[in-house]
Amino acid sequence: MATPVLTQTVDLAARFPGKVSADARPGYAGIIVNKENLVEVATAVRDEFGFDLLTAVTGVDYIAENKMEVVYHAYKTTGGAGLVFRVQVERVDPIEVPSLINIWPGVDFQEREAWDLYGIKFTGHPDLRRILMWEGFEGHPLRKDWKEPFFEEEVKPFKSRWPDGQHTFAENKNPFRDNLNFPKDFDPEKYVVDKEEDLYMSLERDTTKDVEGNMKTDHIVVNMGPHHPSTHGVLRVAVQLDGETIIGLKPVMGYLHRNHDKIGERNTYLQNIPYTDRLDYFNSMSNNFGYVTTVEKLMKIPVAERAEYIRVIMAELSRIQNHLIFIGMLMNDLGTMYTPSLYAFEERELVLDIFEAVSGARMMCNYFRFGGVVRDIPDFAMQKIKDLVFERLPAKTDEMERFLNENEILVARLKGIHVLNAEDAIKYSVTGPVLRATGVPYDLRRADPYSIYDRFDFDVAVRQNGDMMDNYLIRFDEIRQSLRILEQAIKQIPQGPINSQKAAYQVRVPAGEAYGRIESPKGELAFYIVSNGKPNAYRYHVRPASFVNLTAVESMCKGSKIADFVALLAMLDIVMGELDR
Amino acid sequence: MENEKLSLPNYTIPEDLQNVVAITTLDRLYNWGRRSSVWPLMFGLACCAIEMIAAQTARYDMARFGMEVMRPTPRQADMMLVSGTVTKKMLPSIIRLYNQMPEPKYVVAMGACASSGGPFKEGYNVVAGIDKFLPVDVYIPGCPPTPQALIAGMIKLQEKIDKQSIKHVTWYNKEKKDGNYVPMPILGPDLIDVRRNAEIRDVAAAKESA
Ligand code: SF4
Repeated sequence: MATPVLTQTVDLAARFPGKVSADARPGYAGIIVNKENLVEVATAVRDEFGFDLLTAVTGVDYIAENKMEVVYHAYKTTGGAGLVFRVQVERVDPIEVPSLINIWPGVDFQEREAWDLYGIKFTGHPDLRRILMWEGFEGHPLRKDWKEPFFEEEVKPFKSRWPDGQHTFAENKNPFRDNLNFPKDFDPEKYVVDKEEDLYMSLERDTTKDVEGNMKTDHIVVNMGPHHPSTHGVLRVAVQLDGETIIGLKPVMGYLHRNHDKIGERNTYLQNIPYTDRLDYFNSMSNNFGYVTTVEKLMKIPVAERAEYIRVIMAELSRIQNHLIFIGMLMNDLGTMYTPSLYAFEERELVLDIFEAVSGARMMCNYFRFGGVVRDIPDFAMQKIKDLVFERLPAKTDEMERFLNENEILVARLKGIHVLNAEDAIKYSVTGPVLRATGVPYDLRRADPYSIYDRFDFDVAVRQNGDMMDNYLIRFDEIRQSLRILEQAIKQIPQGPINSQKAAYQVRVPAGEAYGRIESPKGELAFYIVSNGKPNAYRYHVRPASFVNLTAVESMCKGSKIADFVALLAMLDIVMGELDR
Repeated sequence: MENEKLSLPNYTIPEDLQNVVAITTLDRLYNWGRRSSVWPLMFGLACCAIEMIAAQTARYDMARFGMEVMRPTPRQADMMLVSGTVTKKMLPSIIRLYNQMPEPKYVVAMGACASSGGPFKEGYNVVAGIDKFLPVDVYIPGCPPTPQALIAGMIKLQEKIDKQSIKHVTWYNKEKKDGNYVPMPILGPDLIDVRRNAEIRDVAAAKESA
């Protein structure tokens, strides 16, 4: 059952003659917009053509052509194909591009990221600070002429290691004998440390408090994290508090910034699959899925039939265990330390057993390959999957609901808290269960079907209120729908080869760009890859769901209590590996 | 621990006292107490932290070895389990936490990242192993180490504790009071290890201008 795609021809060239031009490079799609007209065109893209969801903004450094490019990917929440538009500016500092924050506030963090990593100044952005690195860091690391301290060669495999497999310590090649690089004549003793005043100044202050009759209170700034038991890893948030009420809030991230993009541009395509495992480390299977789908799009190769089913089975199992853990962790943050999460982890272990049986690793599966998967499912594992899907998981999901749903404390803590309405959710580019809990039935498995999801009969889980309770319940709905997909996939899975390609160390990827997106358990996980025909990606960008979903957090929790904020973070289901990359 | 293990052999205890009296050394008693309640700092950095959580859940149950009491505050923790990639941006916080932990304290590097930088070593924001800053007691290989491997590593730490002697441990040594204090690194144009200030200045001055 395929979703009808709303086809409305988007003829921006006719609408804006002279202001936009079609992208003529082979393998590229979309249009190039003049920098001066960007805001005007973007407004029309949103209001006239109905692309209300701007999912990704990223930079690309075309150093040979002396150009810096900003690529935008816009979609409609009603489904269907997207629109790519881009701006090209000369690669001479200062590189300036107008910010689109007034049109799609969801670009906030992504523009800051492009500023941090590419040095593209977005004029009109109210708070353009570095986001993944710290203020004061030298250079913009993703530029092609910026070399990391342990730089060896532009691309892998490095000649020093291959073909005779030598080994050298990267430390021996760096003048500081460590992963360090300082500008010439740098003197550490004279260095003035950044006091993060910009961050604290950017926090919203409430100045209307001295109205008569109100007690005059002082505000305090509290830093939560990066070491905090409830921030799900190393996230830090600076909050401005009035008593216990949040007035302003800014997340500070980058504490787990592992330079995924830069390393991905050095890796060969195949080498990069294990790195994607480590993005959202709860769902390595989904990450693999997104990455190989994108590269397959570029390579234009088919996927073996049996492998398609295996992929769906693995991705849906992964979603189930992710949502179970989500529920456990949410309970942790609400104060029922450990007990519900112990139940969740029990089921997770069973799913991980299956992953281990097929791929050899519990968490970091590295299981997908271009054109298929790496190993077939052994018979005993198939039996285990059947037991789980048909017997155990449905029963356990019911049990979990029976234990929790009507618990008085849970209801009191969740019901009616933090209402995010659909309009805001779309504005902030929120995707995944959080968006669907606000009543927008936007699920990429239906809205922009990939793989073989159009063959299965399932409903998109939607809830209407957008409060915490709905966000919690929708996870159960999704587990049930995933089970439905799994039941059908297990029944329909054909015999046959598991890869349409011959096994190879190196794949040939024609030049061009591709933006591949999947519905990961946390939202839209997308990869943007630019290939120039070489064995490694020219530009490799991950559009993580957690990172973009977090953009909405400030507006969501203004005026609420700090204790609710902890639960809200759990509800957004962020994972730092993906957030910081 | 049962009597036989705690008691020193080669001392004959009269038969009628055997269930009442044990002869041992102070070291052994002291270490037995410490090794049986190693409280880790509740602190997860990256993917490895998930396996650390899994090691505490029902199937692996780290509590069997006396190390299940995770403490979110460093003041109550005995052991820092560095579970994941150490980034330059995070490092000052880790060092601060370490300095806030009271003696005796141990550091376990869990996984390839914490031991050496692992798969992300070449990254510009990654510290190539926490042992560049903190004294690591046990390294646990793996990416991520399985919960079994983690537990094996913890048992190695217990073996290490068993071998320590009150006479020599640093935390009773008056001269070495600050022996384990690690100066805080600074986030500058890159990570500044203040212990290496002079070296950094010299190398930077000798650099060819870009
Ligand atoms: S060792 Fe592997 S699993 Fe552990 S933090 Fe590093 S990348 Fe993640």
